[in-house]
Amino acid sequence: MAELKLMKGNEALAEAAIRAGMQAYFGYPITPQSEVIEYLARQEPKHNYVLIQAESELAAVNMLYGSGGAGARVMTTTSSPGFTLMQEGISYMACAEIPCVLVNVNRGGPGLGTIQPGQGDYLQAVKGGGHGDYHLIVLGPNSVQEMVDHIFLAFELADKYLTPVMLLSDGATGQMMEKVMMPQPIEYKPDKPWATTGKTPDRERNILTSLFIQPEDMEKRNLKLQAKYKEILANEIRYEEYKTEDAEYIIVAYGLCSRIVKNVVLQGRKDGLKLGLFRPISLWPYPWDRLGAIASEDRVKFFMSVEMNAGQMVEDVKLAVCGKKPVHFFGRMGGIVPTPEETYEAIKEKIKE
Amino acid sequence: MKEGYELIYKRPGTLIDRRMSYCPGCFHSTIHKFMMEIVEEMDIQDKTVGVCPVGCSVFAYHYLDVDMQEAAHGRAAAVATGIKRILPDRVVFSYQGDGDLAAIGTAETLHACNRGENFTFIFINNGIYGMTGGQMAPTTLQGQKTSTSPYGRDVETAGMPLKMAEIVSTFEKVAYVERVSCNTPANARKAKRAIRKAFEYQMEGLGTTFIEVASNCPSNWKLTPEESLKWLEEQVFPYYPLDVFKDVKKLKKEE
Amino acid sequence: MAQKGYVEIAIEVCKGCNLCVINCPTDCLAINTSDTNSYGLHYAYLAEPEECIGCANCAVMCPDAAITVYREKKQKAAHPKEGRQ
Repeated sequence: MAELKLMKGNEALAEAAIRAGMQAYFGYPITPQSEVIEYLARQEPKHNYVLIQAESELAAVNMLYGSGGAGARVMTTTSSPGFTLMQEGISYMACAEIPCVLVNVNRGGPGLGTIQPGQGDYLQAVKGGGHGDYHLIVLGPNSVQEMVDHIFLAFELADKYLTPVMLLSDGATGQMMEKVMMPQPIEYKPDKPWATTGKTPDRERNILTSLFIQPEDMEKRNLKLQAKYKEILANEIRYEEYKTEDAEYIIVAYGLCSRIVKNVVLQGRKDGLKLGLFRPISLWPYPWDRLGAIASEDRVKFFMSVEMNAGQMVEDVKLAVCGKKPVHFFGRMGGIVPTPEETYEAIKEKIKE
Repeated sequence: MKEGYELIYKRPGTLIDRRMSYCPGCFHSTIHKFMMEIVEEMDIQDKTVGVCPVGCSVFAYHYLDVDMQEAAHGRAAAVATGIKRILPDRVVFSYQGDGDLAAIGTAETLHACNRGENFTFIFINNGIYGMTGGQMAPTTLQGQKTSTSPYGRDVETAGMPLKMAEIVSTFEKVAYVERVSCNTPANARKAKRAIRKAFEYQMEGLGTTFIEVASNCPSNWKLTPEESLKWLEEQVFPYYPLDVFKDVKKLKKEE
Repeated sequence: MAQKGYVEIAIEVCKGCNLCVINCPTDCLAINTSDTNSYGLHYAYLAEPEECIGCANCAVMCPDAAITVYREKKQKAAHPKEGRQ
């Protein structure tokens, strides 16, 4: 049954996956998300899911391919360096149309980086970290509750569109403890006639592949994928607006940064500044049109993207705003979380200009 | 059929009626044929799931009438692990070449064997990378000429050829390991029997089964099919002997 | 007397690899050097049908499963030791 709990982000994610009917988890320990596999390992005797600590993230993502292709609800979690290792498998799954849920608990980078939170994997996530023309549905939760809700949503979207779905979380959200309403476990009954479960006499054999050696066949598969992405674009855009109805300065932020910015918006309003927060929840598909519509409002003076990186989502903001208004950026790198004070200072500086 | 005669041998119905694109004389085709004969004889078409690799047999799913997944290069063992864990009652096999299993996929291969994943490895070892034009493989023989070892494999820089059957036979949870070949009718029949035994052991849940086929590559060895068999007998078998390297049922008897 | 057999080799499937020919114990197969299939390959065929014993070595060796083998039906043996298969 649904219950109110106080949980750590990573553990809530794990519990949510169990309740959402996850049938297999393959992963590799990496800070700051090892709690997920540890939690699942402790809970395993009570449930029926397959759990393997794989020899590497590379192996884990390919196990995902196999079991996802066999028709199961499957998930893996990792952090930035591990997510880079998974790009090969993700590209293959996107092309072969195999559903799965991936969670990247973003840490500081590039390279081995740091274990502190970061948002430096945004472009990798939304512009495709692997090769080829594909997209992942990317969700950006900003609270433990949203991590939980997004897990349920991710499994649904993955099965609906036959595509990998990704949660772009971060080290802090994974580690923080908050109260969360944990939904009732669902009874998941797979119905996947395309899965490789053994060719019965009533059908042709199922082949899951991303190899289409004839260019015409490759184009056909690509057109199919593009049509799917168009459908996703039309139906799966999610965002939240906070005090934007009369705002003159729109601050755009996702995940952890959105919580900081909300704080700043409140402070700014107290000081008489008409700040507003635009929070994309689906990072792909990004709410370009809505942001673009806001940019057309005369009252809006500028946009500012606040991120924990060198400036990544700001590119999508610029794309959306399309030159109608100035777009600024403020961010910290190296795993440093910007404080509300310094963020506020940065905004006020731009207002003065 | 002529009066007074009976059918002894025909192409299995589980082999798709499509010309296989392998070179004349290549054991890939032979093993594909045996595997599908076994699937037909054991009546397991509706419970067989295969994983094919990157390499010459990347199109195996064009010829084998069973559900199949195409794996990324080297990852077939991980993909097969995922399938078998979710569908433990199916007969799952991975089908790989020497680059796939013993170079890029070594970690996945060894760890699947170490965990005793209950599927069957079919390892086609022909000591060369065929599909990409004849480059050196981890199983290329010392001194053997390939396009990336034009003066012969130099073990000083490239190391010795890897003996995968021997290596995986040391793992506790591996149930059955045999190296076979198809260079004579007798050996070919033994190869088929080994694959069938591997499937039977899998169905009994005994652990990982691993069949290494000492195979040929007439095209890239620059030999005729007939000469390639001679190469196997004279050059390959002394280093890669045909043998059973592990059989849990025999071990138990000895205890 | 050795049993009799005969084989059918699918001309379009055969790639002329010669493995059946060299492994036939009675040398009854040969490559047709004066004709090719539509792929331009000289295919194997049953050159000496009288010599075929239906052992199926050729079919076992054939990588492309191009060969179908038939064998004379055995008469029931009068003595247990006669006509053993």
